[in-house]
Amino acid sequence: MSDPLPFRPYAPGTQPPYDAPAYLGTVKRHPKQKLHPMPQTVTETTGPRFSPNRFPPLGDLTMAKGKPAIGERIIVAGTITDEDGRPVPNTMVEIWQANATGRYDHPADQHDAPLDPNFHGMGRVFTDDQGRYRFLTIRPGAYPWPNHKNAWRPNHIHFSYFGPAFATRLITQMYFPGDPLLAFDPIFHAVPDEHARNRLIAVFDLDITEADYALGYRFDVVLRGRAATPMED
Amino acid sequence: MPTATASQTIGPYWHLMEDPSWADLTRFGAAGEKITLTGAVLDGDGKPCADACVEIWQPDPPASDSFPGFGRSNTDSAGVYRFTTVKPGPVPARGNAQQAPHIAICVLSRGLMRGLVTRAYFEGDRLNDTDPLLMSIEEPARRATLIARPAGSGTWRMDVRLQGEGETVFLDV
Repeated sequence: MSDPLPFRPYAPGTQPPYDAPAYLGTVKRHPKQKLHPMPQTVTETTGPRFSPNRFPPLGDLTMAKGKPAIGERIIVAGTITDEDGRPVPNTMVEIWQANATGRYDHPADQHDAPLDPNFHGMGRVFTDDQGRYRFLTIRPGAYPWPNHKNAWRPNHIHFSYFGPAFATRLITQMYFPGDPLLAFDPIFHAVPDEHARNRLIAVFDLDITEADYALGYRFDVVLRGRAATPMED
Repeated sequence: MPTATASQTIGPYWHLMEDPSWADLTRFGAAGEKITLTGAVLDGDGKPCADACVEIWQPDPPASDSFPGFGRSNTDSAGVYRFTTVKPGPVPARGNAQQAPHIAICVLSRGLMRGLVTRAYFEGDRLNDTDPLLMSIEEPARRATLIARPAGSGTWRMDVRLQGEGETVFLDV
């Protein structure tokens, strides 16, 4: 049996460090030891497969039991590719987010902003054979958090991606263009490379926008690609 | 060509996407030796991380309609995750070597900008002594952080210490 082709290392500066002290939550949770290097094995180069039959898609977050959620309807769509530009087809995408007032439908969120009985804030879709996905949702509000004086998280949607392998798992956040809070957000700024950071900001897209209905934002995502040649042992 | 998109923390509200049944990898009727894999996720003060998302992936037994191979568990107020799964067998390593039975673990939480990857091996397995990854960790005490220990009636326990004394070995995959 031939060795599995590994996924390539992350490009320097494009991923946040574990030790990101401006984000206080990292202080007691980042490892002090270096990550232990290892060659990828079948454990890392394979991963779960989810099927829409067993995990039913939920691509419209704007309604609950036929009643509309409050807030600005938006369409978020994009393409998932690997680092060679190849689409990642039939992969599950999960999202979760605060409602239009900046409140999560979650018991741990005690922010004094109203819940919306018609908005839960969770979605799940699968990419098509071209790697494309699309959600219909409500633009999330900003909310305060206890990190520094007058700290507010910029508007964001949480995203979870799987791709073909355990090594391609990605959890990230999508931000909105022109948000003044981005300049002050230590989670966004934990990504050292400015270009890599700015790719977390969705692009307003008139082609995704639907007339008389909802504004459209494009959020394209890149998952790790395979190394060109097998790594030496 | 663009590089892989940057990671951001999963935050404290990821439970909105949680389906608690995902912590039971045998729920679709998997055959094999059923085990519980459990343990606490602890921070640098030894305090429980009560809002973590722990995910596992195992390449053996092979994923199928009756066995997803993947699981997701929350941590409770004591920081404890808990999976029901099937005990894995050995899988190939690079070259002609073999890997001891193990389960891959990814810890995601508020305060972690990226997932932390580690593994649970099974104490007493004869292949542990020749497992390439375990052998590559020189200090026995560090190596021991990847070994789950039997805790009675099919339960295996492995705590994950994110920082400081007894810090778990996290892997650069």
